Amino acid sequence: MTAIDASPGAPHGAPIRAKRVLPGFTLSLGTTLLYLTLIVLIPVIALILKGAEMGPERFWRIVTSARAVAAFQITLTAAVIATIFNALYGLLMAWVLVRYEFPGKRILDALMDVPFALPTAVAGLSLTALFSANGWFGAILHPAGIPVVYTIWGIALAMAFTSVPFVVRTVQPVLEDMDPALEQAAVTLGARPWTIFTRVVFPAILPAWLAGCTTAFARSLGEFGAIVFIAGNLPFRTEIAALLAFIRLEEFDYNGAAAIALVLLAFALVLLLVSNLLQFWASRYREASR
Amino acid sequence: MSITISGLTKRFGQTEVLRGIELGVDRGELVALLGPSGSGKTTLLKIIAGLEWPDAGRLSVEGEDWLQLAAQDRRIGFVFQHYALFPHMRVRDNIGFGLSVRPRAARPGKAAIAAKVDELLHFLQIAHLANRYPTQLSGGQRQRVALGRALAIEPRVLLLDEPFGALDAAIRRDLRRWLRGVHDATGSTTIFVTHDQEEAFELADRVVVMGAGRIEQIGHADAIHDHPASPFVARFMGATVELPVTLHAGRAEGAGLDLSALPRRALPDGAANLFVRPQDITPIPDAAAPWRIASRSSTGAHLRLVVRAPDGAEAEADLPRRAVNAEALDPGAPVRLRIEAGTIFPAERRAALPVVTPISLKLESSR
Repeated sequence: MTAIDASPGAPHGAPIRAKRVLPGFTLSLGTTLLYLTLIVLIPVIALILKGAEMGPERFWRIVTSARAVAAFQITLTAAVIATIFNALYGLLMAWVLVRYEFPGKRILDALMDVPFALPTAVAGLSLTALFSANGWFGAILHPAGIPVVYTIWGIALAMAFTSVPFVVRTVQPVLEDMDPALEQAAVTLGARPWTIFTRVVFPAILPAWLAGCTTAFARSLGEFGAIVFIAGNLPFRTEIAALLAFIRLEEFDYNGAAAIALVLLAFALVLLLVSNLLQFWASRYREASR
Repeated sequence: MSITISGLTKRFGQTEVLRGIELGVDRGELVALLGPSGSGKTTLLKIIAGLEWPDAGRLSVEGEDWLQLAAQDRRIGFVFQHYALFPHMRVRDNIGFGLSVRPRAARPGKAAIAAKVDELLHFLQIAHLANRYPTQLSGGQRQRVALGRALAIEPRVLLLDEPFGALDAAIRRDLRRWLRGVHDATGSTTIFVTHDQEEAFELADRVVVMGAGRIEQIGHADAIHDHPASPFVARFMGATVELPVTLHAGRAEGAGLDLSALPRRALPDGAANLFVRPQDITPIPDAAAPWRIASRSSTGAHLRLVVRAPDGAEAEADLPRRAVNAEALDPGAPVRLRIEAGTIFPAERRAALPVVTPISLKLESSR
């Protein structure tokens, strides 16, 4: 008898099932999928069905009505403004938080999460209080001819406030993980600081930055609580799409609400797709790894 | 370019990383900085590169004071331990980077850069990799690209930090020969850091042994091997057995030790320490000797014996398994030790050198 024969083996021909290292795969995946279906998939499908119920003509009439188009335009414009601001400010903030050591850095870092933690209504109220004609900032801006409250700037401001952490928190870890030797290598090759940033650092954080910006943009499109306080909600002037949907619902116009909601949903899905494509493109050199 | 370093010191917080470095490197020379981790060799390299700044001292290259120059203006080629290739650039763009970031007035045209890159790709035998990203390369290939990127700016000094540290043994040997060839072809002054003695001695014109922030010895392989300048170098070079001896008229004596093979040393009488490699100890059965064999193990070709003295002192001896009288060396057998070669340092010198720590022993045995 050799050692091999002596080993207690499975009967010949029986397939050997590899044991998973982590148990509970079926249970955990099942729970997750069920939850995802209940909380995300079914509401989305219900919304689409509701939209389909009214037929394409009616749908088209609702979403192209002057008030709806104005609402979409306002929402998109404000979200673009807010996202441009966040893209720049969030990048700067992440840079400061990662690259420099200064007293109070941890506090500043924690403050970055306030927009996440704060109820959006509270954010809306405090922004309105600050920027209204007799608020701290409004008292300066208003006489200078820059009204913020009840204008598109107010909407953009509220959007920017609630979505800036998305940019900071996606860029920050990538910046932290960057190998310092990359920049040192660029220095020894004669690159000046600005060149190092544009040619070495920025390309490395670009995918994360783009992802952060797209998420921030998507969040801005859907923001509601913070905006309704500061916007004044004048139809055709400062009425956002989410609010219009809400108003339609209040009027028991379920189809009108669903149609507007569907358009917002489409925006969100397209953005999600764009975000993923951008990231895929920007990190194409990683895909081939090993 | 000749490099002159004098009185260089550097501390990180409480730790003195460099304690007065004096070093001259000639134009076209290939020098290795050899030492265990924490000896300050990488810090010294980074100071030459301009990536670290010393607290005091001087660094001049061809008479020019380099401590007045930013790293960007020194025109050095630096190869990092883990290559630090730009992950989002193809090999071609990595190599051309140094040329493409020059100020507009000094920047070669696109075609000139491409030509230079092509030339380097061929010279380094990596032309087929030109359009790959770094993640698509093996370790050895990345190393070549990293060197190409450093060479593209025609550096005045080429600096390499543990250039082969992350590669496996076979590739390491190949690249070592290849690097020597590159150095001979470019004629650039080159300094590289390593903790691998074989690498240092095979590749370098001169080896600088560093320990705990000081240069312990500068020289060629044979001199450092046979005549270590300090107990630190002796230990680092494999003389891991330390035997207390007494010096008398230049001759060393010790109970149970046969030291007749050692030459006379011009050292004062008194207590001293003898540093020996295990291979240079031959145990000889001797009923009157105080040493006893404590254990015996075999690697097939070699026997490793641990011998112990009544006072607890231990020594290891390596000898061929087929050596004469090898069978007689069983545990418990009394032996005397014949020392074939070794280095003696006066005993007080050890106390004066707290920097000599057993760290080097560990590194030695792990190799």
